[in-house]
Amino acid sequence: MGIVTPGFTGRRRDEAPDLPPGQYLTHDFPVLSAGPTPGVDRDRWSLEVVTETGDRSQWSWPELMALPRETVTVDLHCVTRWSKLGTSWTGVSLDTLLADVETTADYALVHSYGGYTTNLPLADLLDGQAWVAFEYEHDELDPEHGGPARLLVPHLYLWKSAKWVRGITLTVDDEPGFWESVGYHNYGDPWREQRYWDE
Amino acid sequence: MSDSTDPTTALDGNAAAGVLSSVFTTELTAAVAWCLGCGRGAALADAAFFVDAPGAVLRCRGCEGVLVRVVVAPDRTWLDLHGVAVLELPVGP
Amino acid sequence: MPWRVGTVRAVHDETPTARTLVLEVPDWSGHVAGQHVDIRLTAPDGYSATRSYSVASAAGPSATVEVTVDRVPDGEVSPFLTEVLPVGGAVELRGPLGGWFVWRPDGAAVVQLVGGGSGVVPLMSMLRTHAAASAETPMRLLLSVRDPAALFYADELAALTREGGHRGLTVVWTREAPAGADRPPGRVDAALLAAATIPAADRPTCFVCGPNGFVEAAAAMLVAAGHAAARIRTERFGPTGGSRR
Repeated sequence: MGIVTPGFTGRRRDEAPDLPPGQYLTHDFPVLSAGPTPGVDRDRWSLEVVTETGDRSQWSWPELMALPRETVTVDLHCVTRWSKLGTSWTGVSLDTLLADVETTADYALVHSYGGYTTNLPLADLLDGQAWVAFEYEHDELDPEHGGPARLLVPHLYLWKSAKWVRGITLTVDDEPGFWESVGYHNYGDPWREQRYWDE
Repeated sequence: MSDSTDPTTALDGNAAAGVLSSVFTTELTAAVAWCLGCGRGAALADAAFFVDAPGAVLRCRGCEGVLVRVVVAPDRTWLDLHGVAVLELPVGP
Repeated sequence: MPWRVGTVRAVHDETPTARTLVLEVPDWSGHVAGQHVDIRLTAPDGYSATRSYSVASAAGPSATVEVTVDRVPDGEVSPFLTEVLPVGGAVELRGPLGGWFVWRPDGAAVVQLVGGGSGVVPLMSMLRTHAAASAETPMRLLLSVRDPAALFYADELAALTREGGHRGLTVVWTREAPAGADRPPGRVDAALLAAATIPAADRPTCFVCGPNGFVEAAAAMLVAAGHAAARIRTERFGPTGGSRR
């Protein structure tokens, strides 16, 4: 830890009883990115799910919009230590998207426009735990926060909620994504403070 | 490349000198890096630097491919240079 | 490179929003013009924020290093450095950093500096270093600034670039010009750049510093004016700390 600078507090941060270990509460919505914001036109947007056998399912924007959607209120926990509670998102559940997908794969590798990837067990995308979200606080999702659509998996650190989602590949073997391959924890449970590779 | 008003593209590799200095004793921003993806060679100082992220990322200005990633944890630092095919360092002051 | 402690020995307000901090750093090894330092602030709960600031003072042996900090609206670090940190206060810093956007007086190349707003800071270090070394190779600065209130180092820039010397200055006002200015307010364009800068035929080394958009535009104009890309070095300033909306 650095030497404390008298008088410096930084932006408002609160402690709150319901936060995972090591997190602080923020009241704004920081934008973090490993690359430039991709510009994605909705009329060329598509989301693709590819199984371990190569079977593909694809949705265009109108097709995504036609699917049953949910509005959920969730807490966000970023590995850089900020948490934002009670955020509202509207999207299509991965249970809906994967309902007709036949697979025996255990893992998923998520791909974003711009090249970002992240991996997680397929089970963590199901049972009401994940959405392809396109509205934040009842407004169209801003590109800098992942619009037109991002993955939302709030029970894991926010780097797993891939912005600008374009595809999910179901894999037999677990393949580490962008941050998982350079030090960040493969699973990323904020409640067990799984930030980095186990030593 | 990308919208130059996009705040996430605002910096270049000059600003990475500090994080690189936590890993290397040699000054690296003046080193020329050839991108493994597109073959473009430029000083690391010229790379697009994304610092507002869980780690530091330097990208090639030619193809946006990742050149360098650095993740600094309290007790460890990870460094990935595999996006750099060759690094040419100047010798001397 | 280790973090060291810098103690504020003096402060000087350059403009209503920009303050120069004179920091004393024990065993400071000196710096090369154009280098920067990282300054890290740590709150009592361990939260820390780090930002980079160009060194403004001239290169050479010195126990102090000067940085000029421009207060960013709603910033996290610059309001503290420009409004809260007192003389006698201390901050952690790391440096000097950088080996690309640097100038030493030992070369023969003529130098064209192009700055936008707070991008003048490392260029000021180059001008001060040039003067301290009594260098005679031409060095010119083309500086783009919003309005007179936003101009750092106004008096010293005038003194350093007096007629008949080896250093020259052109200021371009983009929003509001002072009375008696040479031209109405407006951005630097190709014609203005060509008229105010050392010709490409003289093969100057060019240093361009400022916000991202300014640097991209200015560098493109220099290339269009015939300067070899290999002789143009750029440093982009911009917001850090996770834009927050």
